[in-house]
Amino acid sequence: MTQVSDALGPAAPTTPDPDAVGSGGLWHSAWRRLRRNPAAIAGAAIVALFLLVAVFAPLIAPGQPGVPLPNSGVTPSSVPGPSPGHPLGLDSPGTDLLTQLVYGARQSLLIGVVSTALGLAGGAVLGVLAGGLGGWVDVVVMRVVDILLSIPSLLLAVSVAAVLGQRPVSVMIAIAVAQVPIFARLLRGSMLAQRGSDYVLAVHSLGVRRRTVVMSHLLPNSLGPVIVQATLTLATAIIEVAALSYLGLGDSNPSTAEWGRMLVNAQSRLSTDPHLALWPGFCIAVTALGFTLFGEALREALDPKGRK
Amino acid sequence: MALLEVRDLSISFPGGSGRGSALSKAVDGVSFDVEAGQVAGLVGESGSGKSVTSLAVMGLLPHTARVSGSASFDGRDLLAVPERELEGVRGREVAMVFQDPMTSLNPVVTVGTQITEVLRRHTGASRRAARDEAGELLARVGIPAPVRRLREYPHQLSGGMRQRAMIAIALACSPKLLIADEPTTALDVTIQAQVLELMGDLVRERGTAMLLITHDLGVVAGLCDTVTVMYSGRVVERADRHELFARPRHRYTSGLLASVPRLDAPRGQRLQPIPGTPRDVIGWDAGCAFAPRCSAADDACRGTELPLVSDGARDRHLLRCAHPVPDQHDQHDQHDQHDQHDQQERSA
Amino acid sequence: MLSFVVRRLLLLVPVLAGLVVLLFAWLRALPGDPARALLGQRATPASIAQVNAAYGFDQPLPVQFVTYVGKLLRGDLGSSSATGQPVLQSFLDRFPATIELALAALVFAVALGVPLGYAAARRAGGALDSLLVGGSLLGVTIPVFFLAYLLKIVFSQWLPLLPTSGRQDPRIDATHVTGFFVLDGLLTREWDASLDALVHLVLPGIALGTIPLAIIVRITRASVLEVLGEDHVRTARAKGLPRGLVSRRHVLRNALLPVVTTIGLQTGLLFSGAVLTESVFAINGIGSYLFQAISQLDYAVLQGFILFIALTYALVNLVVDLLYGVIDPRVRLS
Repeated sequence: MTQVSDALGPAAPTTPDPDAVGSGGLWHSAWRRLRRNPAAIAGAAIVALFLLVAVFAPLIAPGQPGVPLPNSGVTPSSVPGPSPGHPLGLDSPGTDLLTQLVYGARQSLLIGVVSTALGLAGGAVLGVLAGGLGGWVDVVVMRVVDILLSIPSLLLAVSVAAVLGQRPVSVMIAIAVAQVPIFARLLRGSMLAQRGSDYVLAVHSLGVRRRTVVMSHLLPNSLGPVIVQATLTLATAIIEVAALSYLGLGDSNPSTAEWGRMLVNAQSRLSTDPHLALWPGFCIAVTALGFTLFGEALREALDPKGRK
Repeated sequence: MALLEVRDLSISFPGGSGRGSALSKAVDGVSFDVEAGQVAGLVGESGSGKSVTSLAVMGLLPHTARVSGSASFDGRDLLAVPERELEGVRGREVAMVFQDPMTSLNPVVTVGTQITEVLRRHTGASRRAARDEAGELLARVGIPAPVRRLREYPHQLSGGMRQRAMIAIALACSPKLLIADEPTTALDVTIQAQVLELMGDLVRERGTAMLLITHDLGVVAGLCDTVTVMYSGRVVERADRHELFARPRHRYTSGLLASVPRLDAPRGQRLQPIPGTPRDVIGWDAGCAFAPRCSAADDACRGTELPLVSDGARDRHLLRCAHPVPDQHDQHDQHDQHDQHDQQERSA
Repeated sequence: MLSFVVRRLLLLVPVLAGLVVLLFAWLRALPGDPARALLGQRATPASIAQVNAAYGFDQPLPVQFVTYVGKLLRGDLGSSSATGQPVLQSFLDRFPATIELALAALVFAVALGVPLGYAAARRAGGALDSLLVGGSLLGVTIPVFFLAYLLKIVFSQWLPLLPTSGRQDPRIDATHVTGFFVLDGLLTREWDASLDALVHLVLPGIALGTIPLAIIVRITRASVLEVLGEDHVRTARAKGLPRGLVSRRHVLRNALLPVVTTIGLQTGLLFSGAVLTESVFAINGIGSYLFQAISQLDYAVLQGFILFIALTYALVNLVVDLLYGVIDPRVRLS
């Protein structure tokens, strides 16, 4: 529980608090436009529902995740349907389907947020080095980023997961590594755009040291696009967790509930009990849609061109 | 009957700052004529509604625009004919030259195709005949090596060359009326005069009428037979060119003239800017929209709606003003002094 | 033109060199020693010694690297630890199936995406537009393998109109010349074989093509909206050109330029999507090959796959750039 809420802290994208961010005008008007955008509200509603379910999973779920019920009634050809204690019926390992779905949200959120935070941190280091220092550092860093970008992110994650072995942490790191180049390029571009602007020249001319300029002026102003990208990346991360599970590289511990693995387990029963695949697939798609909707709306709201 | 008779043209757009049904008026009850074979000037600051007026005549306004009134061309009301019929008029009978030659030509289509497509559309010329004709047109508008230019793309031409190509496209089908919307504003000063001279020569030799839209009275002085001055969406003064330059009656027109440098002005005389800025939204409901910037404005200008009426003895000179500039040449100077006096007060 | 191609190919060299360095580092970082990682379940003391000798893994790192690069340059990507087959040969055998699938997905995405994006832009703000914008968001966020499942469930259970597995009905005795089954049928005039292969491509093509479709709809819509607001479109209308000609020559032609670039960038997405799609629909392409390799931790195959994809990605984008130079006169290739 504490772990989840800690992980939520740094990257929680739902309410960009204008005071916390500093530059009030931009965030204030963005917030106003977000409230008027139905897509943003739909996205925020999905995200909020997902967060609530993930955080309060023990209160919502009827049972414990990963615990097969005795005498579950699961046979090779069928699983028990809905019954009073199990609103959605049982899963193929004989666990309560609803419980697995609810705890799956928690797992998706945990992996999504941690991996995005890691990817963002890695990308920030590279991007700030490249954009802030320029010169040969920039060239070298951006070449590496180009190479990484030419490998599809799923394969990059697969390669990293292969090196790190099948542990929960390795899934997070694998997804994070695949995100590093995206954040690095974004931050570098954003910083380069800021570097040429008049206010940075002005700060420079006042004799402020380079490190101070980067840390206290360039970075905060690159924040908008980064938050947008982080929101969108959460959607990708949630899909990729499932894809890694599907490829057999996910967390193999049967006591953690995970949507991707539920999909994999459902594969053999696709013709008899399609609902076993439909439920987790639906959860993945809707959650990813929620984050995407919200991220896109945020992008529009923060885009100075869109403001009237 | 004039070639183009615009009557009581009003244009408004939905939106503005509020939501829902709020309409913002861009043009309000504008009327003017363009006689066959003549050059009519339409003058005003940006935001005065002159470009919108021309786009309305061409039927090129966005669908959201509300247009009322009439624009009768050769006896047909262009505001009333269906789009399909209008397509047959555009390019063939009425053609247009736009302000910015950098963006008004399609960057990924050759200059040749952009000329021949209008010829083929309206004259049914064969590919080959259209090609030959296009080469001749480019030669006529003064583009060197025209046949080679046909295969080139707009970005390979200079700004002046592109505007010449635009003129060639507009005149390709020998239209009866050419509408030129600030045709030289985007060009280098040295090119402006050349292009204007070219346009003047072309319309004269072909007998084409022209509606010349500009904010630059210098351009009007060289080319136009009649001048219509617009302010904030309405016509404030209309007269023949000589009459207008010799005896501007509206305070706005005289202000415009005073702000143009003249070679025949006494040495050391300063240019007179019009104080204030043009208003985006029409403010005629409460009297004259120019009143806030006018030195002669008093209570008679505010509150009552002023009609556009002919100026006493001269029935070709129309005016919308409660306190026109006195109709005596010697009093013109007085007016100037009055203005100067006013400005001194302002700065004090 | 030629010098442009040469220059672009030369620019590829540092990227590929960097990739090779990364892959070498990756191979060294795998759990256990590299020979064992490459051999997997087939590792015996004798075979380990053999690989160590072949790749020089018992020698100093720089020497190892040179040997490694030498092997790659000769097209030796190692051999699969599961089957012992050379990786390159396995790729080449299976590549036609994947290309066929990827092309089917692209055709689906472009043929549907461009008109839909155009229609949405033309009626921006309307009901169709909202539907398409919302639908394209859903299309981007739906996991490929879930969509593949859905299609498989629907078409194998409730609507058995289309085949849901394989590339061709095994009962058809088709002659295979190129490995592209649709093309093979055409070449040998076995029309039914060609048609059957085409029908087998429909569902996998839709599953793999949905994300590109959604992206193309969005890009086309945004691009058309931008072009519609440009001055030259007004000029075209002022010339009295009929609506159709204005749309084709003065709107779509300009608006498609960014779409072409997008198609090039889809290559990576198509390959990683193929890994998932092929395994669901039992298509024997490089995707399902990699799927097996991953589940067996067959590193040689994974390494070869990454190199292969990065190279393909680079080449496809080179072709896209060339194409761009042809259709956009402002980009001159000199």
